[in-house]
Amino acid sequence: MTPSSLKKLALLPVLLLLSGCDWVVMNPSGDIAAQQRDLIILSTVLMLIIIVPVIILTLFFAWKYRQSNKAAKYDPDWHHSTKLEIVIWAAPLVIIMILGAVTWTSTHLLDPYRPLDRIAPGRTAEGVKPLKVQVVALDWKWMFIYPELGIATVNELAAPVDTPIDFDLTASSVMNSFYVPALAGQIYAMPGMRTKLHAVINKPGVYDGFSANYSGEGFSHMRFKFHGMNRADFDKWAADVRKSNDRLDGTRYLVLEKPSEKVPPQRFASVEAGLFDKAVNRCVEPGKMCQHDMMAIDKSGGLGMEGVYNVTTLEYDKRTRRGEGGIRSFIAALCAPKSAPAEAR
Amino acid sequence: MSPDLVKSIFGRLTWDAIPLHEPILIGTFAVVALGGITVLAALTYFKVWGYLWREWLTSVDHKKIGVMYIILAIIMLLRGFADALMMRAQQAIAFGDAAGYLPPHHYDQVFTAHGVIMIFFVAMPLITGLMNLVVPLQIGARDVAFPFLNNFSFWMTVGGAITVMLSLFVGEFARTGWLAYPPLSGLAYSPDVGVDYYIWSLQIAGVGTTLSGINLIVTIVKMRAPGMSLMKMPVFTWTSLCSNVLIVASFPILTAVLALLSSDRYLGTNFFTNDFGGNPMMYVNLIWIWGHPEVYILVLPAFGVFSEVVSTFCSKRLFGYSSMVYATVVITILSYIVWLHHFFTMGSGASVNSFFGITTMIISIPTGAKIFNWLFTMYRGRIRFEVPMLWTVGFMVTFVIGGMTGVLLAVPPADFVLHNSLFLIAHFHNVIIGGVVFGMFAGIVYWFPKAFGFKLDPFWGKLSFWFWQIGFFFAFMPLYVLGLMGVTRRVSHFEDHSLQIWFVISAFGAVLILFGIISFVMQMVVGFMKREQYADKTGDPWGGRTLEWSTSSPPPAYNFAFTPVIHEIDAWHDMKQRGYVRPTTGFIPIHMPKNTGAGVVLAGISVVVGFAMIWQIWWLAVISFVALVASAIIHTFNFKRDYYIPAEEVVRVEDARTEALRSLA
Repeated sequence: MTPSSLKKLALLPVLLLLSGCDWVVMNPSGDIAAQQRDLIILSTVLMLIIIVPVIILTLFFAWKYRQSNKAAKYDPDWHHSTKLEIVIWAAPLVIIMILGAVTWTSTHLLDPYRPLDRIAPGRTAEGVKPLKVQVVALDWKWMFIYPELGIATVNELAAPVDTPIDFDLTASSVMNSFYVPALAGQIYAMPGMRTKLHAVINKPGVYDGFSANYSGEGFSHMRFKFHGMNRADFDKWAADVRKSNDRLDGTRYLVLEKPSEKVPPQRFASVEAGLFDKAVNRCVEPGKMCQHDMMAIDKSGGLGMEGVYNVTTLEYDKRTRRGEGGIRSFIAALCAPKSAPAEAR
Repeated sequence: MSPDLVKSIFGRLTWDAIPLHEPILIGTFAVVALGGITVLAALTYFKVWGYLWREWLTSVDHKKIGVMYIILAIIMLLRGFADALMMRAQQAIAFGDAAGYLPPHHYDQVFTAHGVIMIFFVAMPLITGLMNLVVPLQIGARDVAFPFLNNFSFWMTVGGAITVMLSLFVGEFARTGWLAYPPLSGLAYSPDVGVDYYIWSLQIAGVGTTLSGINLIVTIVKMRAPGMSLMKMPVFTWTSLCSNVLIVASFPILTAVLALLSSDRYLGTNFFTNDFGGNPMMYVNLIWIWGHPEVYILVLPAFGVFSEVVSTFCSKRLFGYSSMVYATVVITILSYIVWLHHFFTMGSGASVNSFFGITTMIISIPTGAKIFNWLFTMYRGRIRFEVPMLWTVGFMVTFVIGGMTGVLLAVPPADFVLHNSLFLIAHFHNVIIGGVVFGMFAGIVYWFPKAFGFKLDPFWGKLSFWFWQIGFFFAFMPLYVLGLMGVTRRVSHFEDHSLQIWFVISAFGAVLILFGIISFVMQMVVGFMKREQYADKTGDPWGGRTLEWSTSSPPPAYNFAFTPVIHEIDAWHDMKQRGYVRPTTGFIPIHMPKNTGAGVVLAGISVVVGFAMIWQIWWLAVISFVALVASAIIHTFNFKRDYYIPAEEVVRVEDARTEALRSLA
């Protein structure tokens, strides 16, 4: 391979980056993902200002100062030049200062926690009511609750176009990452924690969504379709979901939560109120203390030694439900201490 | 026997743990066993056991320990690369109805083992080995500060490697990814032995790494030859110093976080569990506070190698020495305040993300300065394109691309779309292969004649370089593309057939790299066969500039008959310029450390402790732990730790060198 073809090979990713029109990350359908794409291109171009000359100079110097080229100047003791040193440090510094400024502003503007102020370039989000979606990552499927519509789905997500979507995310067991590349960057869904994502889809279509963080055996197939729809189609879709006979309540959640793979989409016409909050606080199981209650107790000084008696043993544990045996303890709700199981006292 | 009795004797170990039903593993085992038996039989046949034990396994000579580290790394590279080939093959065929040949249960172990082995048992032994081999010679010392500790550190690293390898044939390895994030790695979701193998292999090896870090810091700080002030140290020694400072400051964090995880798994504590106030985020933070400096632990010594190589093969003093040193120190410090960039997507606020994004970018400034320094060392040089220089130019071209994608990933909103994708995989292989691997290979080829007295075969060396270089682009450029297509990592099966072509190209690249590895080994085999032809009698085969080239190849056990006195950067170049005359008389006895088998014994028992803990064979764990402590105490009563090389012996060795040099002149 000659140096020049090596150079072409080195520039290959750049050429591909600029020509990659059908790649979803470079050609997304949501405004947030599009802004993230623009940032990738801007940063890359900024850095190429340094990278391209370095690669060219490396190959040029390697060729020019080869041993057999006696015509080239040889200066074995030349090892310092203050001017050159200043350029060497200053050039990357300038690029990084620009990039740093871009990073600071874009990170704040595209913060997933920040409600959208536009739905597309030049179109304000003001006056458009956002769609709330609550996401629970289960082993190994996705649950979507639409609290305002009172419906829920598994492995099927839909949203009207040009409407901000306000996601709340959590997980039931291990860490996953919620990612629809066409819509917006990913955010982790983690047990006992709540994360947020604001996004908007601008073109109707069916897009891929999946978990981007390895979560065990069934991870590879933890995928769903995200449907971007016109408002009318979305309303019709929601009405269809309501026609289902299923209801999603705590009991059903605990069944769904058991590990399973390649789960086909499911629809629920109604949802138990507050189910997502219980999932976040890990107290869908009846009789188990919610984490926010536990934290409130701890914040006000805890229960002292008496608290030990509140650790009960019930067969709620995931290992048991996974059929792996073993009984683990948890902290029982305090609402009815007198009715707590006798062995807990 | 009652099941309880069996359980108390064998713990969790049953016949089911032996993977007799897995043809791939049985095949692997057969190959490994056959290879092992052949080697053992050969050793016995040629009656080299005694030689091996006396001269190598128990040796406290830093040069031999360095060589053994590198041998360990090359052996483990074969294992880690076999894992890589398996992954590439699986991803190239597992589309639609084709499930591929690796079920998730196996595939998940393969990618975990690949990461763990490549970082802990290939990259780490390579850098530690090279530092061991070179640093004492570069600073004019006769050995490291704590020679026995050095031997012990090496064997603990081997112990960790043996523990990982055991998981292939007894039980299974972790299915968690190489950093074993809880809650997935907690008892609730990984109840089997895989994560325990992970924990114990890293804990055993971690003892070695930490101690070796302390050892090398003390060596560099306390044992430099007179006149070698800090700003006259060779750049490789500087980068080694910084790398070891990072090791000592960060590996205890890894040890602690793994200890907390074991406590969750063995004692039922709740540091990282979902319930009872456990906080998995704490693990993620802690492991990356170790994990990010780890990246610089690996790459700094590689930067040092490039600095030595570029200056030697351009026959020119390194451009901007002080700038290079300050850049290294700045990287060392900054590497501690960037860890959060590994999890921008876990919901930190915008200000936190920006802070860590910008600190990450700032690291590219000193790194960029280094690249320019190498560039301007080439400027007005006389470049000899020997194999180490090829690796260096290949590095400069390849690494800047990886650096660029790295800075890109440091922009949080860009990271949101690229995190966990194959783009990320391409990025870190770009910097680890392009930086660490190329650097270590350059270093091995460069210092090989110093260690063994003959050069490696340049034909196979060049072939190895080109296979690696071209193979790298074929293997990882498609992964950049796939990342931009929204393909995530660690997936064992795909539905979208349009992705397949990119995976096939990538698999082809992996095969090219396989040829690169074969050629790399071949340059040693052919070099050995032609060792008369490639012999280096001068001790300075490349026209070197630093002290290691002033002594013979291989150096005598005591390295330097007289401790050299340093006046200038590039001490040996300076000595040659000033018409240095090698002393040929006046030799005195030399005080040296004595070999000991304690390192082998202690590390061997540690493996038993680890195995017993993994399988919960409590009686064995207790006995072996007591034996471990007892052996360590017994070793402290070994007072036969040193000896003198008699003056006559020094005279004999030095006269032989005088004779050899005279015959060349």
